[in-house]
This record gives sequence, structure tokens and C-alpha cells, in this order.
Amino acid sequence: MDEMQEIIKAYVIKEYVEDDTELTYDSPLISGGIVDSFSMVSLKRFLENKYNISIPDDKATPEAFDSVNKICALVREYVK
Amino acid sequence: MAYTDKTRGIYTEVLTGLKNAGLFKQERYIHSAQAADIEVEFPAGAPLKKVINICANNYLGMSSHPEVVKAAHEGLDTHGYGMSSVRFICGTQDIHRTLEQMVTKFLGTEDTILFPSCMDANAGVFEAVLTKDDVMISDRLVHASIIDGIRLCSAMHDTFKHSDMEHLEEKLQLHNDKRLKCVITDGVFSMDGDTARLDKMVELCEKYEALLFVDDSHSSGFIGKTGRGTHEQYGVMGKIDILTTTFGKGLGGASGGCVSGRKELVEMCRQKARPYLFSNTIAPPVVAGVIKVLEILSASTDRRDKLESNTAFWRKGLIEAGLIIKAGDTPIVPVMLFNAKLAQDVSRDLYDEGIYAIGFFFPVVPQGQARIRTQISAGHEIHHLEKALEAFKKVGKKYEILGKSKQEIIERYGM
Ligand SMILES: Cc1ncc(COP(=O)(O)O)c(C=O)c1O
Repeated sequence: MDEMQEIIKAYVIKEYVEDDTELTYDSPLISGGIVDSFSMVSLKRFLENKYNISIPDDKATPEAFDSVNKICALVREYVK
Repeated sequence: MAYTDKTRGIYTEVLTGLKNAGLFKQERYIHSAQAADIEVEFPAGAPLKKVINICANNYLGMSSHPEVVKAAHEGLDTHGYGMSSVRFICGTQDIHRTLEQMVTKFLGTEDTILFPSCMDANAGVFEAVLTKDDVMISDRLVHASIIDGIRLCSAMHDTFKHSDMEHLEEKLQLHNDKRLKCVITDGVFSMDGDTARLDKMVELCEKYEALLFVDDSHSSGFIGKTGRGTHEQYGVMGKIDILTTTFGKGLGGASGGCVSGRKELVEMCRQKARPYLFSNTIAPPVVAGVIKVLEILSASTDRRDKLESNTAFWRKGLIEAGLIIKAGDTPIVPVMLFNAKLAQDVSRDLYDEGIYAIGFFFPVVPQGQARIRTQISAGHEIHHLEKALEAFKKVGKKYEILGKSKQEIIERYGM
């Protein structure tokens, strides 16, 4: 599953990091101000397209999206 | 009494926190009409001081223009002080519709609806025209009032990096399955003074069949050859589906705003936009004033031409003095100081020199990008600008920032 961590981390960096902020799998994304809660939408859609899953809106909370590792855990719940 | 000491304590603590963090906003009382030369009481109780104002949105110098003041007086005499009603009950006068038609013609759109303010226009428009089947894709630096409007709308929301057209295109592809897509941007961005690339945005919106929304509050009246706005500058008049603007800046400076664009979308606002349905519209004397402003601006481009040459003079002067400004050609000219305290110190010293300009710092602009935002007006004469330049040079010399690079300033003062 390391591959999933890398893919998600790379997407977050490309999408949201505009300077040379270092990102780890546990960096707080939303509470740390890297991803604004508005932009979670595209992250959710990216995951759904990439892993061919559907994440219910009530599961796509800022807490569940708050780090690469948390996102991986969420995605794994839905990948068949 | 419900307002207990405990309750009061909660608020005093927050307010004290703002003061300690240097984020507490202190108002300055202006005792004169808005103009290049004003008289200010600051701090409260201090004797009045004559200063040159270089931080108003009074781009065209219309705020106290004698013909506009006269027209407002006449409007007051013929149409009264207020309507005591919202538009759809008994709050619509002939002059409200006249103004809507004049704005439509001026901006080159299909129809226009007035709002109490542009804040209200932005707050109400998205909810009125979009549903949960749609998506809004906004530039990451749009104005706060647009963010509020987006929050009030049930459509999905996504963002693109500031003015990054490739990123916007990726987002249009990502959301291509939605019923309607609406791309949202400011025409001129109020903090940096840069313009949205509307030619490219129109092209993308046509390719992906998306609606285009532009807030032209900091452009209407002076950007473009005849001052119609950013869409004129980029050659895309008639192609903006939803255009919002304010009458509180270049177009008079009093108050009021509007949504102008496709006639069905304007009609949707008339039927559904909550700030339109549930709040009184612009008062009659102000409507009469804005009508006069549009007459003046339609008859001659003198004022926007003067603004253009003043802006060129000002930008050149600041660069020659060795200050760092954001590149561009709009009358919003940020002088970059990077450090928040430095911005506040420079602002205070400029005031002592008779120049009124305000420091902006986090959270209004990103961390490490503190600045003094200067705004040029057709109401300025060259002697005003010369005096302001002298003050900037004197204060810049004191802080030893003239001719210094961004790195040097940050090394000395911190981010
Ligand atoms: C880009 C932008 N939109 C809207 C507004 C709000 O205008 P109004 O004063 O008419 O509510 C402002 C004013 O600060 C603005 O800068």
C-alpha cells in the first residue's frame, strides 16, 4: 500500500503546495492549512476516479482527510 | 440579565487577543468629503490633520464630483429619501430601471439587476442560478464576498491556483460530468492589482461549455480603452455570462452593486436572490448620482485617461525611488515590505509626512507578503503624487529599504 501513499502525497503536493513546504504522510493537511476545506472536493473526486470508488459525503470529513495516512485508511475502506 | 460578566469576558478576551496580535483595526475619522485632500482625526481626539489620501477606491474621483453631488440633490428632491420597501413590493422607481438599463448598455451585457451592494450581489447570485447538480470553480484569490456567496450555494465547489489556466482546464475536465459548470474570478484582484486573463478564460469556458462569472468591482469605469472593464481590455465584451460590480468604488463611491449578464440569469436573481428579495435597494439620491456618473463616463474618457497617466507616473516614480512594487498597469499599486511590523511602521511614518496609506498584512494577504497598498485616482493631481513620492523616499531612506532586494529586506526585517 506504499504506492497509494506516494500517489496521494504527490497529488496533494502538485495540487496545493505552492512553495517548498516539506510534506510527510502524517502532516496535518486541513488543520495545518495546506488544503483548504473548499478544495477537499477535488481531492475526493480524484480519489474516486483513481480508485474507482464512491466515498459518501458524510464520510468525507475534514478529519478523515487530514493527512495522507488518514486518506489512505479511508480509501481502503471502499476499495474492493 | 443574560449578558453576564462571564459572557462579556469571552468577548473581551477575543478582542484583547486581536490587539495583542497587532490585528485590531482602528478607524480614522475623516471630517471632510472623500477626495485627494482630506482632513483626518487620528487617533480619536487628536487635532485634525490635512493629508493626501492614496488608499481610497475613488479611482475616478467621482466621490465628491460637483455634478454627481448636484444630481444626487436633485434625485433627493424629485424621488425622495428612501422607499421603505424592498423592490418587489413597492420599492421600484422609474430611476431604478433606468439605471439598470444604463448599466447594461455601459457594460455591454443583456440585462442588469441592482443590489444593495456588490457584497449582496455576490452573496446572492450563486444560490439563485446554481443547484447541487452544478459545480463552481473559483480562483483561489477571489474576494471574500464571493467566498460567502459560494458558501451559501449548494453546488459543489472547487478551486484553481491563482490565474493558472492549465490548472483551471484540469478542473473543467475533472468536473465535466456536472449539469452546469461556473468559472469564478475577480476581473482585477484587489490585493495585488493584477488582472484575470479573461481572453483565455472565455476560450476555456467555450471549450468546456462553462459559465463565466467576473467581479469587476475594481475595474468598472476605467479598465479598457473606454473604461467598460476587464472584459473590454481583453476583447471579450458580450461574453461574460455573469458580471458583478459595485457603485461604491470607481462608479461614484457611494454604495450599491449589481449583477449584469445573460437575461435569464438576471431574471433568476430577480425571482430568487435573497439579498434582492429581502433588503431595500439603493436609495433614490444614490441612484440619481450613479446615473450621472454613467452619463459622464459615457460622454468622455477623460477621467479614465487621466487615471491611466497618473498610474503610469506613480508606478514609474516608485520604481525609480528603488521601492518594490507588484508589476502591472492597474491603479492598485502595492508597495511590498514583506514584514508586517515594517508595513505598519512605514504607514505610520507616511502619515506623519501627510500621506494616508494603510499597511496590509496576514491574514489579509499571505504571510511574508505585507505591503502598503496604494491606489491612484483621477482626482489626484501630479503635485499630490510628487508629494507622496517624496514621503515614500524619505521614509524608505529612514528604514534603508530603497534599492534593496526582497531578500535584503527580509534578511533585515524578517518575514
Ligand atoms: C472585489 C470586490 N467585490 C465586492 C466588493 C464589495 O463591494 P460593496 O462595497 O458594493 O459591497 C468589494 C469591496 O470591497 C470588492 O473589492
